[in-house]
Amino acid sequence: MVAQAEDVIPQRSPLMAFMARWLLTTNHKEIGTLYLWLSFTLFFIAGAMAMVIRLELFQPGIQFAEPLFYNQMVTMHGLLMVFGVVMPGFVGLANWQIPLMIGAPDMALPRLNNFSFWILPFAFTLLLSSLFMDGGAPNFGWTFYAPLSTTYGPPSTDYFILGVHMMGISSVLGAINVIVTIFNLRTPGMTLMKMPLFVWTWLITAFLLIMVMPVLAGVVTMMLTDRHFDTSFFSAAGGGDPLMFQHVFWFFGHPEVYILILPGFGIASQIIPTFARKRLFGYHSMVFATAAIAILSFIVWGHHMFAVGMPVWVELSFMYATMLIAVPTGVKVFNWVATMWRGSMTFETPMLFALGFVILFTIGGFSGLMLALVPADFQYHDTFFVVAHFHYVLYPGAIFGTMAAVYYWIPKWTGNMYDERLGKIHFWTAVIAVNLTFFPMHFTGLAGMPRRIVDYSLQFADFNMVSSVGAALLGMTQVLFLYIVIKTIRGGEKASTRVWEGADGLEWTVPSPAPHHTFETPPAFPPIMDENESTSLNE
Amino acid sequence: MIETHNNQRKHIVLLISLAVGMFGFAYALVPLYQVFCEVTGLNGKTSGRARDLSTIYQNQVIASDREVTIQFLANVNNGMPWEFRPATHQLRVRLGELNTTDFYARNRAAQAVTGQAVPSVSPGFAAEYLHKVECFCFSQQQLEAGEDRHMPLRFYIGDDLPEEIHTLTLSYTLFKVPTVRASTLVSNRS
Repeated sequence: MVAQAEDVIPQRSPLMAFMARWLLTTNHKEIGTLYLWLSFTLFFIAGAMAMVIRLELFQPGIQFAEPLFYNQMVTMHGLLMVFGVVMPGFVGLANWQIPLMIGAPDMALPRLNNFSFWILPFAFTLLLSSLFMDGGAPNFGWTFYAPLSTTYGPPSTDYFILGVHMMGISSVLGAINVIVTIFNLRTPGMTLMKMPLFVWTWLITAFLLIMVMPVLAGVVTMMLTDRHFDTSFFSAAGGGDPLMFQHVFWFFGHPEVYILILPGFGIASQIIPTFARKRLFGYHSMVFATAAIAILSFIVWGHHMFAVGMPVWVELSFMYATMLIAVPTGVKVFNWVATMWRGSMTFETPMLFALGFVILFTIGGFSGLMLALVPADFQYHDTFFVVAHFHYVLYPGAIFGTMAAVYYWIPKWTGNMYDERLGKIHFWTAVIAVNLTFFPMHFTGLAGMPRRIVDYSLQFADFNMVSSVGAALLGMTQVLFLYIVIKTIRGGEKASTRVWEGADGLEWTVPSPAPHHTFETPPAFPPIMDENESTSLNE
Repeated sequence: MIETHNNQRKHIVLLISLAVGMFGFAYALVPLYQVFCEVTGLNGKTSGRARDLSTIYQNQVIASDREVTIQFLANVNNGMPWEFRPATHQLRVRLGELNTTDFYARNRAAQAVTGQAVPSVSPGFAAEYLHKVECFCFSQQQLEAGEDRHMPLRFYIGDDLPEEIHTLTLSYTLFKVPTVRASTLVSNRS
């Protein structure tokens, strides 16, 4: 049968075969790889935009970017980093790891999986093409507040709307796939409360995605009809309300920021026990804390708009609900610390990134608490303090989390160990550069430097120069990361099955590199880990 | 195996309905938001036309001794070619007493323009105590080229107005109604 089938397949040129392999693949590992490369590519494009922004802000005055172009850079940088880098990066990790971690042969809906991915390159081509259009790309910030995006948006706003719709469809389909996989394809014996935490955080993230991405789709549809079909959802002239845009947007937007961080929590919860050689402290409380954060995320959107003029009792409700989120988040941080307590810790690159994640994310969490305070927020609103806050939770949070995951699992994906020396250099330069770039923004923000403006007053010059130097360094370290990844794919010390001495879980029972098809029959759970099998680099 | 597949299909259907439902919810937020703002007076939205005056005069003390100040503001939105200002900027009124004032509007454009005034009250939670009996903002106003008009506003302030409020500001922003839409718009507004 097999031989016959092979005879029928017509001979393809190598290029066609390559195209067909990647365009038509339904394999979760290949689709995961595609997602990760897309994310990595857009990371450099959006990063280049950040370089333009920092270059312009290196000195006061207008040197390199016209104000309109600067606004386009700020907008596209935000949109691409959120929708093109962090989200596809996490989906790529989910595709690779969830089936391996729950003992499933593949995702539950493999063809849908292929479709979810292949929407994205088209969505981002649409979005990026707007840079070359008359009137320029969207320039109203990634939050696209009405009426900036409706009455005053450039013509290319419609490309942006279509792009957002496509990304939304992709995310919702991807999330459905994740949930169906987790609910139906776990290996016998793996109950929900025995799932690895990465799987748990992704399950909760997937629910958030299904609940809020359609709201985003609704908002952009209202924008589209306001722009072209004479509706007045956000136009006061027709009885609508521009302020309502902010409410509906942030109803999506706040759960969205947890979509960007929860998988990172899961990654830290996988890596820290491995390198502390202890079981995760407080597994149950971790699961409940994640769920609590997700539920609370739906009732705190107002803290993004304290300055719009809400009554005091509404502001107070949002403020208390927001501060409540610090409790489950604190539970998580304490659990990670308790996991390390008296552990036999070693500091390979994934562990370093995970520790950088915990420490720097916590700093971002604290500045978030400051922003949650209504009276203080009136000072911080729309200043660089906010920029500092969300870059601290997103860069050392989401991005470091993704990088930690790549270092942690790349031996399993490629069969090769990465270069530990280069990995450590990457971590230390990145952690220095991140702080150099974003820490001074706290000071400029507190001193009143507004965000999203091309120019600034002279007294902010020194701190901005420091930020720009840090940003240049940060950009260069990511080129090093690209080099490390390519070097690992091309060769290196062979990785063993278990890879890390303290690693635990089903993904460490398949050979390295993971074969094309794994777990065609459900594996035994809990897995029997081979005690002698590891290539931990510190041995 | 068949059992799993059934479950899988059930999950897919449930999750897709959840996604579709949330898309609908985004649209449901629009009326919810309007209702919420009108009920609570958030955002300074005033409720629609007040009840028939005769019933009010029968059922309550006509005017109390308490006096408050009400200030009037008039703004025109971008692209609206009208001159628009209140006849008086400030009135001292007794609670429960019916007051009349007017706003002056003149079309400075060379063609007919339709306008819609959108009210807002500050402080926002005082909005529910401001009862408008007659207001030019209840309907769209059309002025021919160069035409002007004194547009009446009749209102009273409920005598249950909280003690701590001494001054209210009633602000109108006048928007240009696009000519295409003028005929199709429902003119039932506050």
